Amino acid sequence: MSEEYEYQREVEELEGKSATAARLFDVRRIIGGLFVVYGILVTIAGITASDADLKKAENININLWTGLSMLVVGLLFLLWLKLRPTAAPHTAPEPRQEGPGPVPRRDADEG
Amino acid sequence: MHYLAEGLRLPTNALDYSILILYFVVVLGVGFAARASVKTSLDFFLSGRSLPAWVTGLAFVAANLGALEILGMAANGAQYGVYTVHWYWVGAIPAMVFLGLVMMPFYYGSKVRSVPEFLLHRYGPSSHLLSSIIFSIASVLIAGVNLYAMAIVVEALLGWPQWVAIVVAGLFVLVYITLGGLSSAIYNEVLQFFVILAALIPLTVVGLKRVGGWSGLSDSLTESHGANFTSAWGGTGIGSDNPLGANWLTIVLGLGFCLSFGYWTTNFAEVQRALSAKNLSAAQRTPLIAAFPKIFIPLIVVVPGLIALVVEPGIGTEKSGLQYNDAIPLLMRDLLPNGVLGVAVTGLLAAFMAGMAANVSSFNTVFTNDIWRAYVKKGRPDAHYLLTGRVVTAIGVLCGMGTAFIASSFSNIMNYLQTLFSFFNVPLFCVFIIGMFWKRATAAAGFWGLLAGTVAAMINYFWLYKGGVISIPSDQGANFVSAIVAFVVGGVVMVGVTPFTKPKPVESLAGLVYGTTSPGLAEPPAAGDEAWYRKPALLGWGAIVLAALCYVPFSL
Repeated sequence: MSEEYEYQREVEELEGKSATAARLFDVRRIIGGLFVVYGILVTIAGITASDADLKKAENININLWTGLSMLVVGLLFLLWLKLRPTAAPHTAPEPRQEGPGPVPRRDADEG
Repeated sequence: MHYLAEGLRLPTNALDYSILILYFVVVLGVGFAARASVKTSLDFFLSGRSLPAWVTGLAFVAANLGALEILGMAANGAQYGVYTVHWYWVGAIPAMVFLGLVMMPFYYGSKVRSVPEFLLHRYGPSSHLLSSIIFSIASVLIAGVNLYAMAIVVEALLGWPQWVAIVVAGLFVLVYITLGGLSSAIYNEVLQFFVILAALIPLTVVGLKRVGGWSGLSDSLTESHGANFTSAWGGTGIGSDNPLGANWLTIVLGLGFCLSFGYWTTNFAEVQRALSAKNLSAAQRTPLIAAFPKIFIPLIVVVPGLIALVVEPGIGTEKSGLQYNDAIPLLMRDLLPNGVLGVAVTGLLAAFMAGMAANVSSFNTVFTNDIWRAYVKKGRPDAHYLLTGRVVTAIGVLCGMGTAFIASSFSNIMNYLQTLFSFFNVPLFCVFIIGMFWKRATAAAGFWGLLAGTVAAMINYFWLYKGGVISIPSDQGANFVSAIVAFVVGGVVMVGVTPFTKPKPVESLAGLVYGTTSPGLAEPPAAGDEAWYRKPALLGWGAIVLAALCYVPFSL
């Protein structure tokens, strides 16, 4: 049996050494940031839209609406990140801290 | 492969290009920033099995939402009408739910790192090696076809020479995956998902206004193409004629069961996203979370295809010079002003790159893990496999770029090869499902079932259908029938071979077959996972019910 499950032990060991949980940045920051910048750019295009632009898009100021929506989505992602920051990773036993310290907490947050 | 019409050049300006360049910068930034998180091979290939479910779920749907899929499904919309929704509601959702609820405990719980690796433990080396090699070749090839398709679209829309597009997109994908591994592939997929929504939603809104809303659209189509064109099931009785060339039975069994379950549950480019989730609950929820956006994607992909047909009634005919595949680029040109146009171009390019990145990131995992580590260089330290993964990524992308250049002269062969590989997933699913529920199924049965099913599908498609021995009205219809043939033959061969060959000892199947659990694998649920909206069963059945309800307005 032990032979067969060798690979599982190996995966567990690698999971223990994995750095992704501790070091990978939060993707919400990237989505939020990019959408805020895109939102601003496209909203400006909407505010300064020419008659030809409006006519092309069936008289909808599509740049304005899209820009504002993207801005809102971007801000919502940043807000979500602020309200529920990345769960503190259950840190690997680095140089053991003596005495009672804050217990690494694994937040139950975004699923 | 179709050449886009000359007249599709988009009136892009500096603003559009700024939006596009900004995206490329961010994509590279994600790669560089994710590099710090790659310490082990598990980080590189599976993000250390540590990502939250919403990230893996959106990556799961985005990995499928490549540009070929977007352009292709809009084209199907223009060609076949509302029937195209079958690819979503019957041809994706049930399989995604099945993957999450039934299969994921075996995949994730057994700690395999790839789909072929499951075959190794359940059956043995022969079926493992066969599926690993076929998957690797198919991934590189499809990555190349994807790149080539992108080059054609970019040439038509932006006027870049084909080789520039192939080299630029290929190198960006190479750099960000080599640096950050699966994490940067997944993060960029999530980002691409939102950008493509930001591109397609405005396009659909303006397009609908152009044709007088949904009622205007369906009135025009009913007038020009008949009532069945805007219904999902009209004219699909057995023996009756419809544009799809398929009846309700081949739609449900061929597309909805065989093709769809084969693709969604055994295609490692998809399953890999779920295997990178942080625990079993998150892995199960990955395809279930993905199912909800998938239900609504036809609204912004198939509907533009229908709109294009009203705006440009000649599309798909010789006279107009426009192909069905041009549906979305055509609407972009006609309806979007600069600004949103830049977002749309960015979304399309992002979708091409993400589609390719999904192939590359699953290829490097299968090649390193299932071929190199299993058969070529065993038992090396982890750093060796991490390095191999990076080198193989570079080689894979370069081969893909080579394939793209070759594809430009042999595009018909490429189409055939793609069809050929699409048949491989169906018997693979058959072998998986029998192996998961029938302890007795033997290693030999797995191998022969896989081989026989694949060969049977090819015989049916290339000889019986293409050779004119049996008559099926369209390629799509023939695809569905071939998938059913592959599944049935694969299953029959497995059942036939099993009694005459030696079963695997029961104790070596723990955690791989229904009714067993691996030793020491009963993972306690993470805090917060008992919330009702995180219950896999509720999410899964909710998606099924919602997909069924979506059929109602198109079936009455």
